[in-house]
Amino acid sequence: MTAFKSLSRAMAKGYYRDKATLFFAFVFPLMFLVIFGLLFRDGGDEMIKLGVVGDGPVVVALENTGAVEIVRPGLDEGLKQVREGDLPGLVEVDGDSVELHYAASDQARAGLVQGLVSGVTQHVNVQATGQPPAFAYSAAQVEDSSLKPIQYLTPGILSWGIAITAVFGASLSLVSWRRKQVLRRLRLAPVTVGTVLSARIVVTIAVAALQALLFVAVALLPVFGLRLSGTWWLAIPVFLSGILAFFAIGMLVGAFCKTEEAASGAANIVVLPMAFLSGTFFPVDVAPGWVQAVSLAFPLRHMNDGMLAFLVRGQGAEALLLPCGVLLAFTVVVSAIAAKVFTWEDS
Amino acid sequence: MTDTTAAIEVEDIRKSYGDLRAVDGVSFSVAEGEFFGILGPNGAGKTTTLEIIEGLREPDSGHVRLLGENPFPRNPGLLPRIGVQLQASAFFEKLTAREQLETFAALYGVDGERAREMLDLVGLAEKADTREEKLSGGQRQRLSIACALVHDPDILFLDEPTAALDPQARRNLWDVLRAIQERGKTIVYTTHYLDEAEILCDRVAIMDHGRVLALDPPASLIRGLDAPTRVSLERGTLGIDDARVLAGADDAHEDEQSLTITTRTPAPLLSALAERGTLDGLQVRTATLEDVFLSLTGREYRA
Ligand SMILES: Nc1ncnc2c1ncn2[C@@H]1O[C@H](COP(=O)(O)OP(=O)(O)OP(=O)(O)O)[C@@H](O)[C@H]1O
Ligand SMILES: [Mg+2]
Repeated sequence: MTAFKSLSRAMAKGYYRDKATLFFAFVFPLMFLVIFGLLFRDGGDEMIKLGVVGDGPVVVALENTGAVEIVRPGLDEGLKQVREGDLPGLVEVDGDSVELHYAASDQARAGLVQGLVSGVTQHVNVQATGQPPAFAYSAAQVEDSSLKPIQYLTPGILSWGIAITAVFGASLSLVSWRRKQVLRRLRLAPVTVGTVLSARIVVTIAVAALQALLFVAVALLPVFGLRLSGTWWLAIPVFLSGILAFFAIGMLVGAFCKTEEAASGAANIVVLPMAFLSGTFFPVDVAPGWVQAVSLAFPLRHMNDGMLAFLVRGQGAEALLLPCGVLLAFTVVVSAIAAKVFTWEDS
Repeated sequence: MTDTTAAIEVEDIRKSYGDLRAVDGVSFSVAEGEFFGILGPNGAGKTTTLEIIEGLREPDSGHVRLLGENPFPRNPGLLPRIGVQLQASAFFEKLTAREQLETFAALYGVDGERAREMLDLVGLAEKADTREEKLSGGQRQRLSIACALVHDPDILFLDEPTAALDPQARRNLWDVLRAIQERGKTIVYTTHYLDEAEILCDRVAIMDHGRVLALDPPASLIRGLDAPTRVSLERGTLGIDDARVLAGADDAHEDEQSLTITTRTPAPLLSALAERGTLDGLQVRTATLEDVFLSLTGREYRA
């Protein structure tokens, strides 16, 4: 067996024979996914309902936004519901005319519905002219409110779980290997640093892949109802760059810390705030502006964004550039610092 | 040594930690195929010396040639040719004895079969599936030695390999080491057991305070000491004044248990004792490395 294979095996065995790490990698994040997934299961109701009477391209376009739940109560019943505040708006389509009935009591929802219906109508108008639109319009912001909690919880908790695996795994391995003299022993064996590192990274990737399979499989259960987008596989590069970035952070933590206790404390200090501020448990878009700004400094935010973009939003390959670029840049910079700080033994 | 096939040449190496001179000007060379021992009390600088030779530490000054090459910084060409058992054993987490050995074997491109042979060699076959953390201190030590042997290195460095071993395991290890030496391999080892060094080593270096105090074959060191032979008898079998005038006797002392006669000519003394029929509890003790150590350091050796 090659040194690489046997080291990977040794590390994998060391990993799965450790019940505590298994718990923190698999059970702990899954608990959050299940609890939040169940708590917010009815969060889908937050999706705005819109009454519709009639048919036509505008109605089809409204349905296609996915931003509203279309209901068809009929004209009289619909108007009554709007008046009583049970429906934010009712769109009455009759041939070429599109009329929106709304109640002004709930200004925010009324405004949203107005904006949406007028936007969609204009869009259909432009399409009908066969001319290219004079102004390009992106519907990205509208989509956000359509995310059911499980849709942002899954990528968020998955990224967080992977961050835990990579940061804790890398830092604790490094510290314990240094303390138990394994590093010195490896230094005396004809094996390159690259071989040792890549074996550890491969084990981390394998564990992260299992986490991803488990979390996504659970989220896909009908109780939770995750719906993967068609471009979910584009999340793989984000997944890999994220692992590298967090592995590098783990190496840095491990290079600094002398004891396992210190390393696990430091890893917590790095991962926890990142998890809260980067959209693991709630979409970062609803956070205050300063949180959004701060979160941009965290690799977890970019991993979240990337996972979200492909797992649920179905964005195209061009959306890979930013998250992967940032994560890989993080990897390079942090690894360079870690390599500087690294020592083979406590002196 | 003038030997041209020196496996190790150490020239005036020094290493300080702050004010502490851990190694303070050590020079020696070890010939290929030699069994070389380093003795000395705790903190003498044995481990530091070994680790400098192995290339784990950089000396502050001085030179080391290991198989003709500089071992520091990490010299990948040398690594497959040396086997090292560190004083504190180094193992992968949560692996069984067999898995540890197989992993180390693979690092050196050696197959798993050889790993299992090594377990047999150090008498750990029945512990093959026990996790390293569940082994006893001596078993762990044996595993650590097996890991150092697994790739059949040309030079073997063992830092107190017999420290935690029971007498049976110690003797087994002696046999293993002798067999390795017979195949022409070089062994450098440290120990606190002077009797063991006397039996095993071709030459020993006695260290204290970072310096080599003496370096020779054990027998020469002992002969050079020119220490008297001590013959002791059960107390009361012979009066101390009678003892002093026996043929060959230099001097005599008495303590609570025994009467001890020192002599440089044991043969006439022993026949004089035999003639008188006073051989009860007779013990003859010639000088050992312990006496050498005592005379060099002024300290009793407490292993
Ligand atoms: N990394 C270090 N930092 C500071 N001092 C050290 C270090 N390593 C060794 N020393 C000191 O250097 C001296 C020699 O240590 P060394 O380990 O070489 O002794 P030794 O002869 O192997 O002792 P022992 O028989 O206890 O193993 C000791 O006083 C020790 O405290
Ligand atoms: Mg030592």
